[in-house]
Amino acid sequence: MKDFLLNPWPWWFSGGLIAVIMFMMLFFGKSFGFSSNLRTICAMTFGRKIKFFDFDWRENTWNLTFLVGAAIGGFISYAFMHGGSPVEISDATVADLAALGFGAPEGMQPNEVFAWESVMTLKGFLVLAVGGFLVGFGTRYAGGCTSGHAISGLSNLQWPSLVAVIGFFIGGLLMTHVLFPLIY
Amino acid sequence: MKFFKFLLAGTIFGIIMAQSEAMSWYRIQEMFRFQSFHMYGIIGTAVVLGALGVFVIKKFNIKDINGNPIQFEPKEPQWLKSILGGAIFGLGWALSGACPGPIVVNVGFGFTSMLIVLAFAVLGTFSYGYFRDKLPH
Repeated sequence: MKDFLLNPWPWWFSGGLIAVIMFMMLFFGKSFGFSSNLRTICAMTFGRKIKFFDFDWRENTWNLTFLVGAAIGGFISYAFMHGGSPVEISDATVADLAALGFGAPEGMQPNEVFAWESVMTLKGFLVLAVGGFLVGFGTRYAGGCTSGHAISGLSNLQWPSLVAVIGFFIGGLLMTHVLFPLIY
Repeated sequence: MKFFKFLLAGTIFGIIMAQSEAMSWYRIQEMFRFQSFHMYGIIGTAVVLGALGVFVIKKFNIKDINGNPIQFEPKEPQWLKSILGGAIFGLGWALSGACPGPIVVNVGFGFTSMLIVLAFAVLGTFSYGYFRDKLPH
């Protein structure tokens, strides 16, 4: 049991627990959707003059608390559980990434993307900046992210969520298969 | 403290994202290359169990912690913004290897460069709000 919890979790266990989190949020009278926090942060800071951000951000303190918890959870996993052992991706992915100049995984994330010496190059910085911008712009445009659309929306059989998830894959496949070879 | 339960739920969520490796750029690459069942298994299990649970909640009119019937907010029924916004999100998801939840989990895990992704995600959401009236929906 202890070994099971401390090692990387299988998909069925992880997926089941995500459903439990969604039910917990519903039982608490709220909903499971992470990216609303980005809008709330805009309302808290520099967005109040714009109609879309002109609301009382305190109403969403519960979700900001969830966000803080997510960071704490990441820390607990790093410090006491997963610890950042190499991600065991498939051999086919290792080969595809090698062709783009990425080494086999040595931890949770590739140094080529997230180590500060990579980020401190123009290309390295732009990858994270543009990637983040597209995530933040797209999620609000679509009305949700992986949690709000793919999990909460699909569970509630919402067709706009299915359309959004199809959109996620159109964008993701275009980036991975067409744009990645031009970037890396 | 009335927010403690949300802090706890968020903490468990963060642990799931990390222990399942869903927070990893490598897993997102593997998913968009259709080279492993892992990510599809995670999302698929969550959706199947989620849909069963939502059905049960509606069928038996289950109430929340405050005694109110559990409400489901319908998503706005506009296909254009869903497909366009979704595709923009997908481009960013594959490029940065993280969607909003895992961005924050990564920061806690020690990948401080994810703060750049987070800052620009906030800027992206701000830009959407700024240009909202000019965008097709």
